Amino acid sequence: MHIMEGFLPVKHAIGWSIASAPFVAYGLYSVSKTIKEKPEQRMLLGVATAFTFVLSALKMPSVTGSCSHPTGTGLGAILFGPAAMAPIGAVVLLFQALLLAHGGITTLGANIFSMAIVGPFVAFGVYRLAKAAKLPFGVCIFLAAALGDLLTYVTTSVQLALAFPDPAGGFAASFAKFATVFAVTQIPLAISEGLLTVIVFNALSRFNPRELQELDVVESREVQA
Amino acid sequence: MKRYQNLILLALVAALVVIPLLIVKAPEPGPDGEEVEIFEGADNQAKDLITEIVPDYHPWAESLLEPPSGEIESLLFALQAALGAGFLGYWYGSSATRARLRQSGEKKA
Repeated sequence: MHIMEGFLPVKHAIGWSIASAPFVAYGLYSVSKTIKEKPEQRMLLGVATAFTFVLSALKMPSVTGSCSHPTGTGLGAILFGPAAMAPIGAVVLLFQALLLAHGGITTLGANIFSMAIVGPFVAFGVYRLAKAAKLPFGVCIFLAAALGDLLTYVTTSVQLALAFPDPAGGFAASFAKFATVFAVTQIPLAISEGLLTVIVFNALSRFNPRELQELDVVESREVQA
Repeated sequence: MKRYQNLILLALVAALVVIPLLIVKAPEPGPDGEEVEIFEGADNQAKDLITEIVPDYHPWAESLLEPPSGEIESLLFALQAALGAGFLGYWYGSSATRARLRQSGEKKA
């Protein structure tokens, strides 16, 4: 999902940066509020950040014969709400832009928007919906993380199609091409991310049941102490 | 079943990684004898696609630092994963130990 440095026209680069900035700012505010009011949740905040670090470093092969990476943002979005993941995702993307030449400073805003904003919001929304539909806990987590991951890559495809519409077919034709590169490749990886997130939540509900209740992830009756 | 759930999930993830490696075969080298690369990064494919749709597009910025080789790049990716995995391992280890100590404390009481 990294749009390479310089590969978005100036107007688009600026537009996505302006769109992302308030989310990152509000996310910073919400994270620092969490740390101040509930310092015991720092550990879980660390877990969410660490998970994103690991997963976005793993480039995995896909059935399409290309490689891509999961995002790991679903976990933190389910725990702390979608806003908290904007600054955390931004840190990971900045690390990769500065040191790895993956993504870039000019495309940072667009990449933050797909991975650290759309992905977490989708994951959070899907989790709440699935929970309201009374699906089993593991299924809720899986769907949230997998769809958050997949929609991140759909967003990247939309961003590139908006910037580079096909001369003949326009936005739709261009979107179809970029979505083949990104979204289709991503399907097995999104499933992997969903499964890995369930594994972490199994451990969380064993070791940190009280925090999960405090964060309103589960109701008290769902966790056996 | 619950006990083995995490192992089953991990096995599924491993299968999802291995299956593409088994079923995707490199196409025959082209007429010019050039090997076709498989498992290329999707980010790079998107870059190629941009140049295909808009042939005269020129990127207007360049990365400040480019890893000097593929080896250095994998070093940095390994570092990123190690930082994350290290923290996750610390959390899991300390949580498991705390749970065990609490349990043995309850037994004594």
